[in-house]
Amino acid sequence: MIGIGRRGLLGATTGLLAAPALLHAQPAGGVKIGLVAVQTGPQAALGTQLRDGFLQGLRHLDGKLGGLTAEVVHIDDELRPEVAVTKVRAALERDRVDFVVGVVFSNILAAIMRPVTEAETFLISTNAGPSTFAGRGCNPFFFTTSYNNDQVHSVIGQACEDQGYKRVFVMVPNYQAGRDAVAGFKSRFKGEVVDEVYVPLTQLDFSAELARIAAARPDAIFTFMPGGLGVNLVRQYRQAGLASIPFLSTFTVDEATLPAQGAAAEGFFSAASWAPNMDNPQNARFVRDFEAQFNYVPATYAAQAYDGAMLLDSAIRKVGGNLRDKGALRTAIRAADFTSVRGTFRFGANHYPVQDFWLLKVARRPDGKFQTETVRKVLEANVDPWAAECRMR
Amino acid sequence: MTTQLLLVQALNGLQLGILLFLVAAGLTLVFGVMDFINLAHGVQYMLGAYIGAALAAATGSFWWGLLLGLPAALAAGLVLEVLVFRHLYRRDHLAQVLATFGVILFLNEGVKVVWGAAPLQVPIPALLQGGIEIMPGLQYPIYRVAVLAAGVATGGLLWWLVERTRAGMLVRAGATNPQMVAALGVDVGRLFTLVFAFGAMLAGFAGILAGPIFSVEPGMGDNVLILAFVVIVIGGIGSIRGAFLAALLVGLIDTLGKSMAPDLLRLVLDPSAARQAGAALASMLVYVAMAAILAFRPAGLFPVRTG
Amino acid sequence: MTREALLPLAVLAALAVAPLAGFGGSYELTLLARAMILGMAAVSLSFLVGGAGLVSLGHAASLGVGAYAVAILDAHGVTEALIVLPVAVAAAAGFSLLTGAVAIRTSGVHFIMITLAFGQMAFFTTSSLAAYGGDDGYTLYGRTEVAGTRLLENRLAFHYICLGLLALTWGLCAMLLASRFGRVLRAARENAQRVEAVGLAPYPFRLVGYAIAGALGGLAGVLLANATEFVSPATLSWQRSGELLFMVILGGVGRLWGAILGALAFVLLETWLAEQMQHWKLVFGPLLVLAVLFLKGGLSGLVARRHG
Repeated sequence: MIGIGRRGLLGATTGLLAAPALLHAQPAGGVKIGLVAVQTGPQAALGTQLRDGFLQGLRHLDGKLGGLTAEVVHIDDELRPEVAVTKVRAALERDRVDFVVGVVFSNILAAIMRPVTEAETFLISTNAGPSTFAGRGCNPFFFTTSYNNDQVHSVIGQACEDQGYKRVFVMVPNYQAGRDAVAGFKSRFKGEVVDEVYVPLTQLDFSAELARIAAARPDAIFTFMPGGLGVNLVRQYRQAGLASIPFLSTFTVDEATLPAQGAAAEGFFSAASWAPNMDNPQNARFVRDFEAQFNYVPATYAAQAYDGAMLLDSAIRKVGGNLRDKGALRTAIRAADFTSVRGTFRFGANHYPVQDFWLLKVARRPDGKFQTETVRKVLEANVDPWAAECRMR
Repeated sequence: MTTQLLLVQALNGLQLGILLFLVAAGLTLVFGVMDFINLAHGVQYMLGAYIGAALAAATGSFWWGLLLGLPAALAAGLVLEVLVFRHLYRRDHLAQVLATFGVILFLNEGVKVVWGAAPLQVPIPALLQGGIEIMPGLQYPIYRVAVLAAGVATGGLLWWLVERTRAGMLVRAGATNPQMVAALGVDVGRLFTLVFAFGAMLAGFAGILAGPIFSVEPGMGDNVLILAFVVIVIGGIGSIRGAFLAALLVGLIDTLGKSMAPDLLRLVLDPSAARQAGAALASMLVYVAMAAILAFRPAGLFPVRTG
Repeated sequence: MTREALLPLAVLAALAVAPLAGFGGSYELTLLARAMILGMAAVSLSFLVGGAGLVSLGHAASLGVGAYAVAILDAHGVTEALIVLPVAVAAAAGFSLLTGAVAIRTSGVHFIMITLAFGQMAFFTTSSLAAYGGDDGYTLYGRTEVAGTRLLENRLAFHYICLGLLALTWGLCAMLLASRFGRVLRAARENAQRVEAVGLAPYPFRLVGYAIAGALGGLAGVLLANATEFVSPATLSWQRSGELLFMVILGGVGRLWGAILGALAFVLLETWLAEQMQHWKLVFGPLLVLAVLFLKGGLSGLVARRHG
């Protein structure tokens, strides 16, 4: 059964896609994918989205990537960098995977970057897109189908400018990605940041911060509160009666957290390069079949992983299934010759996508579920700010 | 910072303290009476939140969730007690830590298997919706007022139970001198089971109340557990009064520290560095306070008289 | 020499031949290295817990101080083991000395909690080190060099270096416990008043013991940083301190070498179970409970009884 991704008893792996074919086709003519998705701890919902998105891609491709039968080795990074390194090494050296795909969080990506790329294996991140590997740290064996984090935050900065907000209150968790969020936001917002508040990652209660927001009376707030932090903040923000102050956010209200936020998040803003309501045939098919299969609304984590599967399919097809010639394979991946759920898709010189970014708003669908929907395009064919520093070998 | 904002922040600190007390009360009771370190108290809090959320969703009413959730949390506590904890009372603290950690792993994973990894939603009951404007533009949710009241009432009730009733007297006596109590014809084993189940119910109660404020998700008990331990250690292990005051103290230190540390550091650092360093300092502040208090009063602020 | 004294040597010997007996693949070596490194930290913790009766829930902090010393020196271009190692060990010992000076004033559960508090402070400090990756952690440019050579890059050489240092750690702790110093520590654990009665204050003995355990934890931290070539605050989370305690308990508190056994069992079991199923913690959790309920002397007790 698809979706339960378990590993077989002998340490052999099962993705069990198109099962009968798989039994005969392995290993000759097959391709092995190490799929890194966190399944442990509070952030497991994001990993599940990512995994299901990739598996949905494989379903649409009949369990094949570029004509080769695909086998998925599921890797749970447990959101612990050393664990991720150990498990990824196992996948590379023992299971001999041909590609490593996935990764929700940047710290995990940073940890597995060297082991994977030094083994001359292609690493396709379908979510984490830190600046570290976009500029001087860009790598010929690394691609991402998502974005550079800074871009997403800068979308909100631009949206605030467009909206004419003069005074914005900024609140993020006190860690690297939080600090990057502030930098990204400020790169395009030229008004006054009335206050910058850094909260601990283990924050439960936002009352103290909400009181500060009320006292500051800003035109809008910008926040980046992933996972459970965002669930707590959104509900408490609504309960404190602050919803009249526009709530603009990144990775705070999305389809992974909306089931828990519900009506409290309605009308709140977010930014991304994709939303479930995006109007193109590839996306309509993806969203419809994904919901039918997994019974929940896909988020960007799923959509970008789906694109990841499509990208690999196109590249392997281009090289005729020959995975040995790394140079040819790289050229084929770089071509990105597939139909993205985002409409158009192409890679920049640093292997990060060059794409449009949208302002999104949370809305209630006719069936009662919540999803983000496109409001307007904010940035067009945007290149991330680090690309110029990249000297791709 | 204006006086008004300072007062609001103090109120927020008290409210965090009350929430911590609700979790810490059961912990200090079990720890103090039975000398049993129950790391699983945090997951019992989580289990309470999940059970409450599931029952509320099934019945369509928060109140039914609360009413049915309490006996369910009690029952879950009893099952754990019979299966695991009962066999650990006579073992050293190390064994208790290890075994209860095993329970944490199991239950954190268990709720994920049953309810999925995504956070659940618990709506605020209709009766307690809305808020009171405590400063311009800021509503203080009525639900939180109710939680405050519930916390204070729980504290009072516990104090009365332990200090003023026959059951409480037996419990206190059973902790210091089990043989003597047994000689009076009381089944000490059953007494401990009851205390434990009651502690589990308190944890569940805290979890159910927290549902509409915090996200209900796997692992939600882990951070709370550590803070609750800080509370009971500062307060003096086994002391309900100590736990209550220490919880308020921790809540105030945490909340006021968060709002004031960045401003204070701005006197010596540039604003951006001050904000980040201030936030890091604020998250440490509770632990600094605990280390300082233990350094000068190694048994906590209100050590329990031990016989 | 009793037969039981041979058992730890048997464990070390098994680790020595493991690469030659079918466990020489680079994945197996990575896993064994991880187990041996955590084993070193566990042995030094066992020295504290079993020897001095000091149950620390902040031992991962010394591991982290050692690892961060490697990372910080690496960021400034210092990668020579002859410098890195002494600096890291001294830093970890210094950290333990400072925090221990306060912590050792308490006892029992309060000691557990105060060491936890210091561990958390170290955790939040490393999380705020933006120059060294903050929360995201820091990827080393390469493994530490030994006298200018890249000896540690060789997986097999690294295996035997870890093994050698593990044996050294165990030997040192065992020697210390058997010495007069160790006798005072153990006597103070049983009955502090009696030690005071013969005119010895337990405090300085405990403090020195605590600092030594910290230094050894720092040494393990240097190796851990090199094994993963990556350092992050997760290295010193309280959960890691908890895991180290479990390794000690799982192995058996009374025997130093039990900690090695505990670490091996913990790491290998965790890895193996995680490969078998997605919800492996549903099995791992109850296994821990069963181990506590039925394996009272720990794994080493089980082995020792069979061979005793």
